[in-house]
Amino acid sequence: MSKIPAAVIGIGQTHHRAKREDVSMAGLCREAMDRALEDAGLTLDEVDAIVIGKAPDLFEGVMMPELYLAEALGAAGKPLLRVHTAGSVGGSTAIVASSLVQAGVHKKVLTVAFEKQSESNAMWALSVPIPFVMPVHAGAGGYFAPHVRSYIRRANAPSHIGAIVAAKDRNNALKNPYAHLHNEGTTVESVLASQMLWDPIHYDETCPSSDGACAMVIAAEDVAKTYDAPAWIHGTVMRSEPTSAAERDQVNPQAGRDAAAALWKATGITDPAREIDCAEIYVPFAWFEPMWLENLGFAEEGSGWKLTEAGETAIGGSLPVNMSGGVLSSNPIGASGMLRFAEAALQVRGRAGEHQVDGARRALGHAYGGGSQFFSMWVVGSEQPSN
Amino acid sequence: MRDVAVVGFAQRQMKDFDGSPSMAELLVPILAECYDQTGWSKKDIGFWCSGSSDYLAGRSFSFVSAIDAIGVLPPVNESHVEMDAAWALYEAWIKIQTGEVDTALVFGFGKASAGVLRRTLSMQLDPYTMTPLWPDTVSLAALQARLGLDAGLWDEAALAEVVNRSLTDAEKNEYAVRAGGSSVSELLARPMFADPLRKHDCAPVTDGAAAIVLAAGDRARDVRERPAWISGIAHSSDGLHLGTRDLTVSGSAERAAAAAGGTAGVQVAELHAPFSHQELVLRSALGLVGDVQVSPSGGALAANPMFSAGAVRIGEAAKRIWDGSADKVLGHATSGPALQQNLVCVMEAAENGRAK
Repeated sequence: MSKIPAAVIGIGQTHHRAKREDVSMAGLCREAMDRALEDAGLTLDEVDAIVIGKAPDLFEGVMMPELYLAEALGAAGKPLLRVHTAGSVGGSTAIVASSLVQAGVHKKVLTVAFEKQSESNAMWALSVPIPFVMPVHAGAGGYFAPHVRSYIRRANAPSHIGAIVAAKDRNNALKNPYAHLHNEGTTVESVLASQMLWDPIHYDETCPSSDGACAMVIAAEDVAKTYDAPAWIHGTVMRSEPTSAAERDQVNPQAGRDAAAALWKATGITDPAREIDCAEIYVPFAWFEPMWLENLGFAEEGSGWKLTEAGETAIGGSLPVNMSGGVLSSNPIGASGMLRFAEAALQVRGRAGEHQVDGARRALGHAYGGGSQFFSMWVVGSEQPSN
Repeated sequence: MRDVAVVGFAQRQMKDFDGSPSMAELLVPILAECYDQTGWSKKDIGFWCSGSSDYLAGRSFSFVSAIDAIGVLPPVNESHVEMDAAWALYEAWIKIQTGEVDTALVFGFGKASAGVLRRTLSMQLDPYTMTPLWPDTVSLAALQARLGLDAGLWDEAALAEVVNRSLTDAEKNEYAVRAGGSSVSELLARPMFADPLRKHDCAPVTDGAAAIVLAAGDRARDVRERPAWISGIAHSSDGLHLGTRDLTVSGSAERAAAAAGGTAGVQVAELHAPFSHQELVLRSALGLVGDVQVSPSGGALAANPMFSAGAVRIGEAAKRIWDGSADKVLGHATSGPALQQNLVCVMEAAENGRAK
């Protein structure tokens, strides 16, 4: 039993903003979908199934919004699946959509992920306590700051590494017309001078709250072969672990390490730092770049920050990371994972515009969610995989 | 397509989940039953997928603590749909079809008693135009029932017959929340709840959970003498807006059945019909004619655990293959207001029509 090869043949995303008051949720999804369909040269009628993802329903205040969105998504008359795997959902959604093609069930699947955070209040939505579960009433930053502190201590990292990441990603975002933040003149110094929000995380080392959506069309081999530059899916993976367990390592979670190992094995990659040309990694707080570089196997444990400090993760470095500006520059949570997957696909299609990495042939898309416990990743390539 | 079968099924359906709010605690014994049935441990499961709803739980990320029930260190290959677990089963079936895994454990859970269900479900409507009016689920179903009555597609006695049969069958189901047949005339003498529906025409508010084990080829044969081979599974959606679809028919159920290969030869159909008239809509859409036995478990009118009731239908249907009382069965799930989304899973005793 072997999979049917599948590829991304259309990509679309919205302009991301703090508040998209010009569109409803339906309009937001359609903005991304219509761009993806136009890119693929297809109409909604030609799509076999719709797979939608977003983070918690409380972020918009609508229970299972895909039900209300069915008509706008073009799903009336078609199969409609709704994925929700916390912050990793955009990636998981793309993986489920690609599975529908790889399983041989559908030829052309449209997948879309969105978050319209301005409809509700994400901070509140994240902070509803349930009995017997420790409350974390300080939003995501309050939850992750201790892990960052722990990483700095364990890796003996200099305190300005986060600022290097933030300055790099904010400057990359200037090359991305869809990015939410276009903060001209961001430097390591200006990041370090910004307010300390959750020690050791400065304000400029955090992601914005965005309204936005991302969509892709994924097609089977025979369809994809008729396209100029499909992004072939070389491998996909998902892994989960519990929020709280005494033996959990929240700085370098086993689920992430296991997922990366499985992905490299599935794609025949033995030296990811050399064989992956660029990576879009889910970095909502700047310090997660060095943390995930280690978790993914791009660097030895304790030395991820050295790659960052040496400039290797900048466009032009040996492993460009977050060419689009990353989550640090746009964070419509439910769509953020898919944006990472889509940027990887754009890169290997050679269609990333000003943030294109020269000669990118194989790229990683990565997303994580929950308390660093859900992981989804894919590797896409400019050439059809041989396996 | 690979030959994939339902080989394990465990469920809980109850009026309320007394004593503890943790879904993990409800799931642990159910997963244990699946291990007992298969002789497997956690390590034998290639893929996990769950179905649930944050709004039902009243909090974000309701599935996060549920995976604690698995005990997921070392980490597992896992996903989640914000839908009935029947759709999680579909995702798991797809995953097995890709060849990445040979086995999967699917589960769903929901604690409807924690809130006012029919008000919670009105949050599923169009947030800009409909939700502000708070039309509740029961009222919407009543509109649907009224349309069929006015069109002469059914009468009140037909609804009562569905209820009488369901609640009589439910007497044999240890998990039924409501059971006890009566007579059509006695049922029709009861007061209206949401005209033209009486309370017995509407599924009881139910807490619960369910788990189903899927396996491919020899892995399935290892577990069961008569695995319930999935010969067709598909789902489809209609639009939400009630004014844009004919509520007396179900196009999505009809399309799902066709995509699953049709229903010819089905002997038992477990239908997820939370309102009595919806069984009539579904029978017609699914082409269930003649002596097809419908929902012998008592169906959703006897118990309707949110986000697992559809999976329960698949499990109940599969049991009829396992015990040899049927050779071809159907499990159905629905989601959304007035049967908006429907899933059909056809199972057979023999693999894709091969000799039984």
